[in-house]
Amino acid sequence: MSVQPALVVTSIEATEVLEGVAPKPAKGRFSMERVNWSGTIILILCAVTILLPLYVTVTMAFKTSEQAVDGNAFSLPAPFSVEGFVAAWNLTNFPMGAAMSLLVTAGTVVATIFLSAFASFAIVRNWDHKLFRYSFFYLLAAMFIPFPVVALPQVQMTGLVGLANPFGVIILATMFQLSFSVLLFTAFLRSIPFELEESARIDGASTWQTFWHMIFPLLAPMSATIGIFAFLYAWNDFMMPSLIIADPALQTLPVLNSLFQSQFSNNYNVSFASYLMAMAPAIIVYLFTQRWVMEGVTQGAVKG
Amino acid sequence: MTTTTTPTTATLVTRGARQRGQARSRRRVEPIYYWFLVPTLILFTLAITVPAVIGIFFSFTNSIGLGEWQFIGLTNYIALFSDPLIVQSYLFTFGFSLVTVIAVNIIALLLAVALTSRIRLKTPLRTIFVIPMVISAIIISFVFKFLFSNSLPAFGTISGIAWLQESILANPDWAWLAIVIVTAWQAIPGALLIYIAGILSIPGDVYEAADLDGASKFQQLMRITVPLMLGYIVINVILGFKGFLNAYDVIKGLTGGGPGTSTFSIAMTVVSGLTTGDYAYQMANATVFFVITVLIAILQLSITRGRNAL
Repeated sequence: MSVQPALVVTSIEATEVLEGVAPKPAKGRFSMERVNWSGTIILILCAVTILLPLYVTVTMAFKTSEQAVDGNAFSLPAPFSVEGFVAAWNLTNFPMGAAMSLLVTAGTVVATIFLSAFASFAIVRNWDHKLFRYSFFYLLAAMFIPFPVVALPQVQMTGLVGLANPFGVIILATMFQLSFSVLLFTAFLRSIPFELEESARIDGASTWQTFWHMIFPLLAPMSATIGIFAFLYAWNDFMMPSLIIADPALQTLPVLNSLFQSQFSNNYNVSFASYLMAMAPAIIVYLFTQRWVMEGVTQGAVKG
Repeated sequence: MTTTTTPTTATLVTRGARQRGQARSRRRVEPIYYWFLVPTLILFTLAITVPAVIGIFFSFTNSIGLGEWQFIGLTNYIALFSDPLIVQSYLFTFGFSLVTVIAVNIIALLLAVALTSRIRLKTPLRTIFVIPMVISAIIISFVFKFLFSNSLPAFGTISGIAWLQESILANPDWAWLAIVIVTAWQAIPGALLIYIAGILSIPGDVYEAADLDGASKFQQLMRITVPLMLGYIVINVILGFKGFLNAYDVIKGLTGGGPGTSTFSIAMTVVSGLTTGDYAYQMANATVFFVITVLIAILQLSITRGRNAL
């Protein structure tokens, strides 16, 4: 269908992105060509601009209050202190914020993977059926509705039905992730030969058994990609939780950090310790799942 | 349509899964497929479609979000176009998105070319370049806010550069630049990965031939890489632009819309309807924004469809 042409190229190239680490034969430059040192140096300088804010965050977080206000953001902590972390932990009630962020993130990841896998399976296996075919385009249409467009009525509705809390965020975040996830899952499901499924059915497996024991495991790489996107979105988002969750005590970490801006005032070590605690989990997850993140971006190139 | 009528459970149970092929030919659908799809459809409708319809509906009223309301026709829409704050937020958001999308794509394309050439430290560099994508926008904005309002002015004082001594965030004329920098910092990795995939899809012998013909690296970039990557560039530009139009988190973190209202984005004006009582008015604003988003989406679809597979 015309909506998803860009997906065709990507699955092949996504692997190339990852394998491109070694000198690429596909790139085909002369094998005798020497190392591009000027390029390497320029890239290292660019990498510094990425690492600098992170370096400042880490060093500031480990400074004492006195050193943090001395105006030199780039100095190393001397003495090394964790008082910022202790203060931030207590001030923002970090355990509660982390629990809420975790709840919203886990809920969104699980709900997104399962709901979109179920829906995609039903759509692909009943494509000849109008309800399922139209549903596909209906779900896809949400790609064109960014959150700000529907934010006001959603804030009102979640308030009316008692969902002005992390569960409301889980539902809305999942629904906004649905289009993209269904698009990826259906493209992947179409590439699974139907004969494979047929053989399971001949052995007497029900539709549910076929899905659960055969199709869903086959979807694993795509589920990982979709799950990581849902994770990054839910863990990092500020706008939706800040508008939907009414009780500040139930807020996620990004919103907590914004709520405490005035209380951080000039205690830079406290504020940076708090920032570090909020951003570290996503960076750590990324470092362990790089492969999937990079692949996912390439595959999601069509996302609206 | 007759085909969508659900077969009774009894008939399906007796028919059993073995005769699925036969069931398919009769275009009957097993109930479990409805269970897979319909609950999600209902939830989706309640969570997105209904609010969208409600929002458009109330944009023709004078509702303040609660209590009584009346239809006032197009009054909200007419008022929008003469509201300086709204006009300014549209100008700012579009200008900001345009500058950012150009900056992001030029930098990402050059980085992708460099990262796919014969460089050292390829793996760690690639790992580092993607990091900004996984950090919360508002949190990194707070970090940059500190750098812009403390470290840069301090550097300006030491080095004696006058225009650096005042925080860029406090300057109504230049605060947008800080927002562009942080947004680009975050958006480059996504564009970069797509460009890397694009470059790797170009057959290497094209460059070999160019090398033999004595083309310089710059000529190869402009005459080979860019034209062959046009599909990827178009996708990145449109997706980036569409995303930047929703700018909210970075601006909240850096300037909060200030100084004054100089960096107020469309999303921020819409959301202000929650606190100012301009509920119906801001819904009209959101509806206009929605129409613009759809127009851009149609443009995107017509381009990608025309290109077929990028």
